[in-house]
Amino acid sequence: MSMNEKTISLIQLPQKKKAKIVSVQGGHQFNRRMCVMGLREGQIVEIVSKQPFRGPLTISIGNCKMTMGRGMAHKIYVEEI
Amino acid sequence: MIKKIVLMGNPNVGKSVVFSRLTGANVISSNYPGTTVDFLKGKMRLDGTPVDIIDAPGTYSLSPSNKAEEVALKMLKDADVVINVVDSTNLERNLYLTLELLEKEIPVIIALNLWDEAKHLGIYIDEKQMEEMLEVPVVPIVAITGEGVKELVDKIKKAKSPKKIKPTIEEARWIEIGQIIKKVEKIEHKHHKLRERLEDLTIKPITGIPISLAIIIGAFWVVRLIGETLIQYVLDPIFNNYYLPVLNRLSNIIGDNFLHTLLLGEHGVELEFIESLGILTTGLYVPIAVVLPYIIAFYFMLSILEDTGYLPRLATLVDNVFHKLGMHGHGIVPMFLGLGCNVPGALATRTLETRKQRFISATLLAIAIPCMAQLAMIFGILGNYGVFYIGIVFITLGILYVFLGLVLNKFVKGESPEIFLEIPPYRKPDFKATFKKTWMRIRWFLKEAIPFLFLGVLIINVLYAVGFLQWLGSILAPVMQGLFGLPGEASTALVIGFLRKDIATGMLLTIDGMGPMQLTIAATMLTIYFPCVATFAVLIRELGIKDMIKSSIIMIFTTVIVGFIMKIVLLGV
Repeated sequence: MSMNEKTISLIQLPQKKKAKIVSVQGGHQFNRRMCVMGLREGQIVEIVSKQPFRGPLTISIGNCKMTMGRGMAHKIYVEEI
Repeated sequence: MIKKIVLMGNPNVGKSVVFSRLTGANVISSNYPGTTVDFLKGKMRLDGTPVDIIDAPGTYSLSPSNKAEEVALKMLKDADVVINVVDSTNLERNLYLTLELLEKEIPVIIALNLWDEAKHLGIYIDEKQMEEMLEVPVVPIVAITGEGVKELVDKIKKAKSPKKIKPTIEEARWIEIGQIIKKVEKIEHKHHKLRERLEDLTIKPITGIPISLAIIIGAFWVVRLIGETLIQYVLDPIFNNYYLPVLNRLSNIIGDNFLHTLLLGEHGVELEFIESLGILTTGLYVPIAVVLPYIIAFYFMLSILEDTGYLPRLATLVDNVFHKLGMHGHGIVPMFLGLGCNVPGALATRTLETRKQRFISATLLAIAIPCMAQLAMIFGILGNYGVFYIGIVFITLGILYVFLGLVLNKFVKGESPEIFLEIPPYRKPDFKATFKKTWMRIRWFLKEAIPFLFLGVLIINVLYAVGFLQWLGSILAPVMQGLFGLPGEASTALVIGFLRKDIATGMLLTIDGMGPMQLTIAATMLTIYFPCVATFAVLIRELGIKDMIKSSIIMIFTTVIVGFIMKIVLLGV
């Protein structure tokens, strides 16, 4: 899958909107870690909550929810669907 | 011959509940050699013969990304059989580890846990088809009710290593998983309306923060209830009715000599658990009857918060504060436990990932988090003068925690990675597993801390008896007066406070010329300047001697500055 003008970083995704993961752009270690937790190309994510003052985001993917810092979310690119 | 069974699985799949179902009462928690990773080890019977069973740390894959996962990988090497616990509600993600396990030449049996929950969510798994495709036994279970566990045990001997599945690369595994899922899993989406609503409410900041405050207050209330009940109805009666008569008889036998002072306290006065200060009187009473009940209560509450799935949500909500102090959301755990006793708090700093995070968490714990004994001391010293003075102590400690955290985050070298954790769905805790976990932690504490507590009392009694502490105190007396506006005698109390905060309290109260403001300063300094000797010993091991020296310098420095500032602000001189 390739990136285009509709591609945004996960942080920019509004709450309650579903999006498809287009690419994960970190180091090898980071990508693999995301991958085994289900954050892979083609998977559907949704933002559950964003903590204030640049706090972490909680996302849901499949039947899982996870919390991640904004720096991590920044490296995950999605397309709203 | 099966001698060792290892439980492997992703985090949060109910592995420890399966473990507690399979094992009897004889479970021990150990430290994996050369690491700070803890794991549980127990025994189960297989055809009448005892077999070792090990609960490996949860891992998402066999290419480790942290210490715990490395340990899990090492444990795999000695396994005769692996029970792969799989979360049926998240089959796809769990299968990655399963495939990796099947590629190894170790017999595997798969336990499809949370089977009932999967059905509730409309997820149907064809376990027979899965068995066929993976060539190993697949047993649906509901660990929490025990459903299917017997069948799992019966099939352990049928575990095997499949022939078809060969080692391959990551991409190929995902493709394979896709094919398996297509054949064995059917989903008709159903929703747990009420639970989902609750999950939303507790993680969204607007509702989540007030709820978290209510839960924390509730948790403290329960901790106090459990602690006080244990002391009042169990420990105090035992100590007063059975132990005290024994000590009185012992006192008569020993007579008036040095040994009496050391073991029981001063001769000729009535023996008293708080004030006698002997090894067998106060030395035994304070750790067992004052601190231990609260440690039980705190550990129990922590286990409940973990097993219900609330803890990761709390960590999410407090993360932005703790991240600015150089830790992440899990930093709240050492803080919470530390309020019971700093030793469990210090042991809990292990849950943080990097050296920087652990250093900051441990240093802040030692400085700004008063343990139950210190809280009792603060109330004991200032209780008569009213809430105002106690408030000053707590506000000072609160400011100190935040301020020092900000400073340390800036100057301590190293990384403080962002939070990244799974938020499991809410689950009803299994009380058997919760009690077992609490008991393991208490036993661990007893092993780690009690010897040091005794040693502390022994050393202080000897040093006091030979007059060393009084001598050191008199040398420091001018410093006390000059820097902190306290009477010279207070220095002896502060020196003793390193080993025994409770004795120090008693000494402070008997010094003339201490007004409420001076007592406030002394109580604050006594809280922050050093942890007790047991915490100190644990911290040396957790941080290493070099970092502990650095941490101690920060402690002393902070105490001097805070004492000095308080003198200027409170005494106006």
